[in-house]
Amino acid sequence: MSFLPNIIFAIVLIVGVGFFAKNVKKIIRNIKLGQDVNRTDNAGARWKNMALIALGQKKMFTRPIPAILHFALYAAFIITQIELLEIIIDGFFGTHRFFKESLGGFYTFLISFIEILSLLALTATIAFLSRRNLLKLPRFNKAEMLGWPTKDANLILIMELVLVTCIFTMNGTDEVLYSLGKSHFEGTGSFNFAVSQHLGPALFGGMSEGALHILERVGWWGHLLMVIAFLNYLYFSKHLHIILAFPNTFFADLNPKGKFDNLESVTNEVKLMMDPNADPFAAPANPDAVPAKFGASDVQDLNWVQLLNAYTCTECGRCTSSCPANITGKKLSPRKIMMDTRDRLEEVGKNMDANKGVFVPDNKSLLNDYITPEELWACTSCNACVEECPINISPLSIIMDMRRYLVMEQSAAPMELNAVMTNIENNGAPWQYNQQDRVNWRNEE
Amino acid sequence: MSENLVVPTMAEMMAQGQTPEVLFWVGCSGSFDDRAKKITKAFVKILNKAKVPFAVLGTEESCTGDPAKRAGNEFLFQMQAMMNIEVMNAYEVKKIVTACPHCFNTIKNEYPELGGKYEVVHHTEFLKSLLDSGRLTIEGGQFKGKRITFHDPCYLGRANNIYEAPRDLIQKLDAELVEMKRSRANGLCCGAGGAQMFKEPEKGNKDINVERTEDALETQPEIIAAGCPFCNTMLTDGIKHKEKEGSVQVMDIAELIANAQDL
Repeated sequence: MSFLPNIIFAIVLIVGVGFFAKNVKKIIRNIKLGQDVNRTDNAGARWKNMALIALGQKKMFTRPIPAILHFALYAAFIITQIELLEIIIDGFFGTHRFFKESLGGFYTFLISFIEILSLLALTATIAFLSRRNLLKLPRFNKAEMLGWPTKDANLILIMELVLVTCIFTMNGTDEVLYSLGKSHFEGTGSFNFAVSQHLGPALFGGMSEGALHILERVGWWGHLLMVIAFLNYLYFSKHLHIILAFPNTFFADLNPKGKFDNLESVTNEVKLMMDPNADPFAAPANPDAVPAKFGASDVQDLNWVQLLNAYTCTECGRCTSSCPANITGKKLSPRKIMMDTRDRLEEVGKNMDANKGVFVPDNKSLLNDYITPEELWACTSCNACVEECPINISPLSIIMDMRRYLVMEQSAAPMELNAVMTNIENNGAPWQYNQQDRVNWRNEE
Repeated sequence: MSENLVVPTMAEMMAQGQTPEVLFWVGCSGSFDDRAKKITKAFVKILNKAKVPFAVLGTEESCTGDPAKRAGNEFLFQMQAMMNIEVMNAYEVKKIVTACPHCFNTIKNEYPELGGKYEVVHHTEFLKSLLDSGRLTIEGGQFKGKRITFHDPCYLGRANNIYEAPRDLIQKLDAELVEMKRSRANGLCCGAGGAQMFKEPEKGNKDINVERTEDALETQPEIIAAGCPFCNTMLTDGIKHKEKEGSVQVMDIAELIANAQDL
């Protein structure tokens, strides 16, 4: 019977991690639905971006207060994994505070460090919750945030609260037990952990030994179960950035923001068109080839980095709060572009799951069913959203690809733009002026 | 030809067996828009003053294709690009200067892959280099002590990380440079980019150029400096909307420098 907790522990851990791994595979499959794009050149610059922007959170610091709070949460999250590792070892082998014996004084330092960071994380979490729910920051209350996205964000913050509470419950009760000589760690005294040596006696002092033991286990199991629950919740939430921020910054576009890609399929056609020796009646080189689709109307037309972007977005809304169209009340919200792309990609993924891995057309598409032309045409291509994103997501590239579909596949540009394009084609200027009049200005007074 | 403007075309120069130091890409606004033509002339006056051997393409210049590309018409963009590249490569163009950040961005970033590889500079950078090399000297003149705020064009700033050249020039005028709350990488668009210049905005509760003009007016400037013909139009319209045209002027950096020199 004494092995029962160890067995339950092993089952919980294996099932929890296994379930997460299964969903990770789905995410990878879905991202691979995107078009190929080479983003492995210039590896040096890519590693540097990842180190500075994902690991160092450089872009967060343009807004210092949330950046510091977020950094506290992030640091606590990473360092706490050491305690989690100990929990996993203790869980498997039935030990208690496995690292304490071998690490000695360093162990006290390490756990103290975790406790101080956890306290900071607690402060950050409370600040973030009040920012969303009491201060009602505008960017957290835009139209696309109504309903599930707001619940999702709050749920994640509440999970973090529970996690920190578990850590302090576990360490605090163990501290009291240790002082009574009743801890599962042999001996009597104080663990001298920075926070729980004070918090423990203050909260749990005077409780019965039995109650303390139960609470200690509640904290221990709570921490583990919360981590597993969180891990598995990730897939269903907007919170994948804690992992995907790293590949996302690595694979991000390194070109100047003003450089939009030149469609190769178009280049080939234009070259053929301008080649005086081209034979207009020549049979196509590969008559069975599927004709290229210009631009994007659905997620499969986007490239895989754009789909990775969609999974990585954590819906912070900095893009939307800096978007000139959104600021002036237009329907466009760059965050919604990312959320829609992800939602549609998930829908396509579920369709494939239900149809033995093959996508069965469902008469829906990212364009129109999720993102409307009105949103796309409101963009000024100013790059504010790209500049703002703390982890280098580009909503603009998706907007551009969808405009390309509207114009080149559907000829569905706004009327005025059709006139502009006709003018450019006929007179080499967006207005109706004759190209022959281009230097008249030098003769005018 | 107006008395003091010397504006040779590439064809004219070539006929005389000469090669200019730099090609001045005038752009559609600079060629046809009445307000932007003043910027073009101001820049030419400075070039003439500094004795820079330059030429324009004149009737051989055609839209870079920027509005077409940003509106989604990649075909039209690439056709324009390849025609322009053919012309410029035929003249063996090495260096291009332009007063339009949209032309600047397109030629600098999007032409190379299509066969057009040139050194491309924005006119504010070019003017800065003329100053740095001593080919041009400027004094504040009428702008000494004036409050001037600079509006970052998206395609110069965020798109190409050029923030300092225009500011350095304003400071050279001994003017008081005041920054808007949203400036440099956080600068707000004027509302014209991405082909918006040529269409009515989508439904909203405000026009972007009005929002940006309010940013500028908060700094209580005497002059709003711009470095882009589209921004210039949008902000001028914003100033009219706010009925401030009596007290605030919108001017291009090139105009500031030309006017300071009484050119």
